[in-house]
Amino acid sequence: MKKIIKIENLCCPNCAAKIENNINKLDGVESCVVSFLAQKIVVEMQDSKADDICGKITRIAKDVEPDAELTF
Amino acid sequence: MNRKQKKSLKTIIATAVILAAAILVSGFTQSRLIKIIIFAVPYLTIGNKVLKKSFAMLRKGQMLDENFLMSIASIGAFILGEYVEAVAVLLFYSVGELFESVAVGKSRKSISDLMDICPEYANIEKDGTLQKTDPMLLEIDDIIVVKPGERVPIDGVVIDGSSTLDTSALTGESAPRKIAAEEEIFSGCINISGVLRVRVRKTYNNSTVAKILELVENSALAKSRSESFITKFARVYTPIVVACAAVVALIPSLITGDAATWIGRALIFLVVSCPCALVISVPLSFFAGIGAASKAGILVKGSSYIERLAKTETVIFDKTGTLTQGNFEVTEIHPEHMSDSDLLELAATAEYYSDHPIAASVKKAYGKQPDTSSLTDVNEIPGNGISAMLGGELLLAGNIKLMEKRGIKCEPRNADGTVIHIARGIKYEGYIVISDKIKPDSQQAIAELKRCGAANTVMLTGDRYEVAKQVCGVLCIDEFHSELFPGDKVKYLEEYISKAKNTVVFVGDGINDAPVLARADIGIAMGAIGSDSAIEAADIVLMDDKISKIPTAIRIAAKTMGIVKQNIVFAIGIKVLVMMLSIAGFANMWLAVFADVGVSVIAILNAMRAMR
Repeated sequence: MKKIIKIENLCCPNCAAKIENNINKLDGVESCVVSFLAQKIVVEMQDSKADDICGKITRIAKDVEPDAELTF
Repeated sequence: MNRKQKKSLKTIIATAVILAAAILVSGFTQSRLIKIIIFAVPYLTIGNKVLKKSFAMLRKGQMLDENFLMSIASIGAFILGEYVEAVAVLLFYSVGELFESVAVGKSRKSISDLMDICPEYANIEKDGTLQKTDPMLLEIDDIIVVKPGERVPIDGVVIDGSSTLDTSALTGESAPRKIAAEEEIFSGCINISGVLRVRVRKTYNNSTVAKILELVENSALAKSRSESFITKFARVYTPIVVACAAVVALIPSLITGDAATWIGRALIFLVVSCPCALVISVPLSFFAGIGAASKAGILVKGSSYIERLAKTETVIFDKTGTLTQGNFEVTEIHPEHMSDSDLLELAATAEYYSDHPIAASVKKAYGKQPDTSSLTDVNEIPGNGISAMLGGELLLAGNIKLMEKRGIKCEPRNADGTVIHIARGIKYEGYIVISDKIKPDSQQAIAELKRCGAANTVMLTGDRYEVAKQVCGVLCIDEFHSELFPGDKVKYLEEYISKAKNTVVFVGDGINDAPVLARADIGIAMGAIGSDSAIEAADIVLMDDKISKIPTAIRIAAKTMGIVKQNIVFAIGIKVLVMMLSIAGFANMWLAVFADVGVSVIAILNAMRAMR
């Protein structure tokens, strides 16, 4: 499934790139793009692992940028 | 400015005031300890957030975080006794961050303002009264009313009323478009003059506005090669600079024994180690370029297409509906004995019952109701034309084969289009030429394309050789291939792609050339308003059918790529230069701060030029 998550308060595109890299490494994620300008995470993932992945995405984002706010 | 930005502005002002006071006060003391205490106040005021963050990152083992590197640089400066510089590094870092975030917010907003086509409400007609409702809640066949000044909320058909529409938000065209009953109306336009009653034809999510917004929003996700390059570069940039800093701090210190000087120089490396200026300005340039294009009614599905479009080498056009208007019209009338209008009337009478496209254009050109009271025995002969009896006399309208069959003397005519010969009784009365008109802006657009660097223009058409040759002659198109079946177009396109070094663009109307649009390096669909299939198949979508938008798109792409290159060279160049100067001992902390945040800000401002 494809999911679009809104992400606000990212400090710079470099953080966005770090988040993108880390999400792409998650098990069950087929592809992920984080756009700093569109303030969006678009993630393509296996349906069965979706809940688990969404939880991990929040943690990854907060690790890189503690101020980040995600809206699922 | 949002709350976060205001807070940061307050901290910056407070720090600046405290720093000024600290500089004054420190003039009265020689004691190192007192100086440290005095400058610790502004340092912690501005730096507490950065220090906290870097401590958190350190615990997670992320040593290359920019906050951490900034902290090391400023603490290092403090230890070396450069108190003012230590505070200034953090102060200007904060100013830069603030400026960056304001500039990005502004550009985000101005680009989304360009696409301000979202309808806020719809007036639905229910039990004879009008109610305001959310366009999302409308259903097919609902009746809505659009008053003057309101935005059309949904795609539909006008059932009552006539008006003019402002389509500039969709097409970039400022000339208003007329609309009357039974015509299709598209969401996103603004109704200017009359009240319109509209029957809903599509739900909101399938309407033009929703499709366009989706396309523009997703365009930021199709990243270009330059963007990927920059992200990859950024990943190695920081570790390399930090490693260089370590080398600069250690090796010369061991050789010369002057550790303080060399550590000071190494700290400058840490300040310029953040790749933000690059990483921010490149996608922003593309974003702004895409924004500029959508303002002109050109929707680009991603920055990678901007990159490719800037290198356009060959442009291949479909003919009908792309270079020409796609509707057939009477272009010439050549009577033998009677007046032009009499011959046209005769033709319209003969074609009266036919619904062939040729007949339709003859009737449209005549524009009146022909007298058919004495028209009998109408017979449509496929591939020939029409024979009928008019007031007891034979009436023929068709091609030369029809005339020869009926024994009427008639000469073949050379014309740019389809020739219809007309005869009454046994007498030849003349002929009418019907052809597809070339769009008024096609010729200029092709000339401009050549000026934009498209070295080769090609036309592919299913039409006859003579017609194709004539159209290419008028438009100065370099090559053409005629009498093609739809499958042939892909074959020819592939041939051009294999020959070309750079981008091959295909331009079509999106109706029956979806496979060709998809196969081309860039597929451009025109006249896309209301055509979902065109929007799906193409990489670049022209909202109206003006071919002159293509050179405009190439110009925007070229300008955007120019700005992207400037930013890459400028940002990397300044940083490398400052590092060189630092090794040579000519750079100080102030210059390093400029190379970091100053360069970011300049690159952002430069990126925004792509929008104009």
